Amino acid sequence: MTSSASQNSPVAVSLTDLHKYFGDLEVLKGVTMKAHEGEVVSILGSSGSGKSTMLRCINMLETPTSGTVTVGEETIKLVTDRKGVVKPADRKQVDRLRTRVGMVFQSFNLWSHKTILENVIEAPIHVQGRDRKDCIEEAQDILAKVGIADKRDFYPSHLSGGQQQRAAIARALAQHPDVLLFDEPTSALDPELVGEVLRVMRGLAEEGRTMLVVTHEMSFARDVSNRVVFLHQGQIDAEGSPDALFNDMSNERFQKFIAG
Amino acid sequence: MDMQFFWESLVTLIPGIPLTLQLAFLSTFLGAFIALGLAMMRLSGIRPLDWFARGYLFVFRGSPLLVQLFLIYYGLSQFPAVRHSFAWTFLRDPYWCAIIALTLNTAAYASEVIRGGLLSVPHGQVEAARACGMSGFKLFRRIVLPLAIRQALPAYGTELILMVKATSLASIITIMEITGLAAKLVSETYRVIEVFVVAGAIYLAINFILTRIIMAFEYKLTPHLREPRITKVLALENESAGEIS
Amino acid sequence: MSFFQLMGFGEGGWGAFMLMGALVTMALALCGFSIGACFGAFAAWAKISGNRFTRTIADIYTTVLRGIPDLLVIYLFYFGGSAFLTWLGRLFGSDGFIGLPGFLAGAMAIGITSGAQHTEVFRGAYRAVAKGEIEAAVACGMPRAMRFRRIVAPLVLRHALPGLGNVWQIVLKESALVSVTGVVELLRQSQVGAGSTRQPFDFYFAAAILYLCITTISSISFHTAEKRFNKGVRRS
Repeated sequence: MTSSASQNSPVAVSLTDLHKYFGDLEVLKGVTMKAHEGEVVSILGSSGSGKSTMLRCINMLETPTSGTVTVGEETIKLVTDRKGVVKPADRKQVDRLRTRVGMVFQSFNLWSHKTILENVIEAPIHVQGRDRKDCIEEAQDILAKVGIADKRDFYPSHLSGGQQQRAAIARALAQHPDVLLFDEPTSALDPELVGEVLRVMRGLAEEGRTMLVVTHEMSFARDVSNRVVFLHQGQIDAEGSPDALFNDMSNERFQKFIAG
Repeated sequence: MDMQFFWESLVTLIPGIPLTLQLAFLSTFLGAFIALGLAMMRLSGIRPLDWFARGYLFVFRGSPLLVQLFLIYYGLSQFPAVRHSFAWTFLRDPYWCAIIALTLNTAAYASEVIRGGLLSVPHGQVEAARACGMSGFKLFRRIVLPLAIRQALPAYGTELILMVKATSLASIITIMEITGLAAKLVSETYRVIEVFVVAGAIYLAINFILTRIIMAFEYKLTPHLREPRITKVLALENESAGEIS
Repeated sequence: MSFFQLMGFGEGGWGAFMLMGALVTMALALCGFSIGACFGAFAAWAKISGNRFTRTIADIYTTVLRGIPDLLVIYLFYFGGSAFLTWLGRLFGSDGFIGLPGFLAGAMAIGITSGAQHTEVFRGAYRAVAKGEIEAAVACGMPRAMRFRRIVAPLVLRHALPGLGNVWQIVLKESALVSVTGVVELLRQSQVGAGSTRQPFDFYFAAAILYLCITTISSISFHTAEKRFNKGVRRS
């Protein structure tokens, strides 16, 4: 659908030979992928395939055991401490990088003690140090864009799941991120509320935002994304344009997966 | 460190243990009956009874135990009518005053524990008992109370520990339980730290043992919450059967 | 004298003294509660994110203080504190007895005992905070200190409010025990009055009523605070 994003535009996120262990369990077994600016990448895979872990490595919510993560031009420096645990070398670098990457969680994770507006302006004001008045004005525009301008003074618990997730998207957008990460954004929603969130995400894709989306919504993967990445047991099993991948009958595993 | 003195303190304080335990157990035991009554009043749905129980709880949970103790031990003697009545045989005795105050006090706290237990009884199990013809007191005794007790047991154990700690207040009205003996020993020797460390250790030991007993009791009463061990039992039965034959 | 004359503010009335005693009780409880909150916050932190050593220390602290009577702790601080000060005085060449003020000893003793309860309240509250909310703060690049100040601490406090209300009530009642050290709080004042008028019932009755007033007002205030601060915070 959005064909404007091309493989020629600069790389927004790149992962090289990413490995991740949880104890003895190897969840990621050498994942290498790139997302270019303006690209929408859908990441598919059955549960336990490592797709969420991969996404969470991009903003260091999980630290990869080995491999590199590069956001824009900047590669995250990792060190191994004396106990053999890999961790970021420079916490400030990670925090700086996280402000450039917006994250939308499966369970929304809105701050329950703050109103919707307060949720949206929290990071811009206190992390990025922007002017409060500007932030509020901008936040109102963003809330209008995701369709919940009238809910700005409500607390998260007073909203439906779909409204909460749209507020969480607004919160991520308010950071002015270069990349948006979506971790199964519709999986915690009642079926009738999925549509309103997908509509917002489709709108963002049309704006040409760089998005990495872990999802089970095949319609989104097929119709909205430029590229689909299929993970199986911690490795990239197939990758390509949605048309090519969904119509490739020779890939039995993927066909079985989309058949449910 | 003067181990000799520690030992002497221990020997001096140990005779106070029975009195401490007596005060705690007797008042918890007596308090349980009042507590059950109060809990039933609150759940009865009869307004005056409910209000009475609420008032009782408000007074006994809202004021310090020491004030209640003083009211009973010192306060009541102000009235000649009390002094000339039969009750005076008890009320002049600090031991019974301590028992009365502790009993009335624990009843208030325990009634909430029991009420919580009664409220937790699943409605379906009560209905099942009704369906097979149980009702009234039998239903209460055979189904509701056993379930409620199991639910309330951990909290009641905590209350018992609190009561052991509360018995130390009896020393203020001249009862020579552990704290009373400790205070006396301090006034004789002026060795504060040693004596109170020993006293504290005794209380800790008592409460540790009580906690263990309560846990064991709880374990025994709640086989339905544990992993089934049928296979093991069967295996044992087979084994013993084999031995016999 | 009738009860109302005795507790009145007229000639021979003890009303003013009793109210003064109630004020001292509240001050004592407030000091003890604050000290306890500090101890509790530290111990809870040690239990949640400390290493094995700090965790063991915190466990020992809460186990011991929940296992021994409060009265014993008060005695220990009052007599022990004075003994310590006297010993310290000797080191510096004074040979008289130095007493630790009862108020200070009482507030410290209450603080240390209630600290064990604060610990559990804070720890439980921290557990009740949804981990995702903290993760969201991590994800938008908040440094650790800011995360604690702006997200973790407010959420923990909101979840802790009911528990803190309970601890406050316990502390208020526990403060009566400090009367054994001679601090003229509400109960000690009643003892003094009872002794000089030979009407103990009237005085202890009045003390009970004043305690009930204080606990009632406190519980109303805590409920109001909960309603005000817990807007939007999910109760699980």
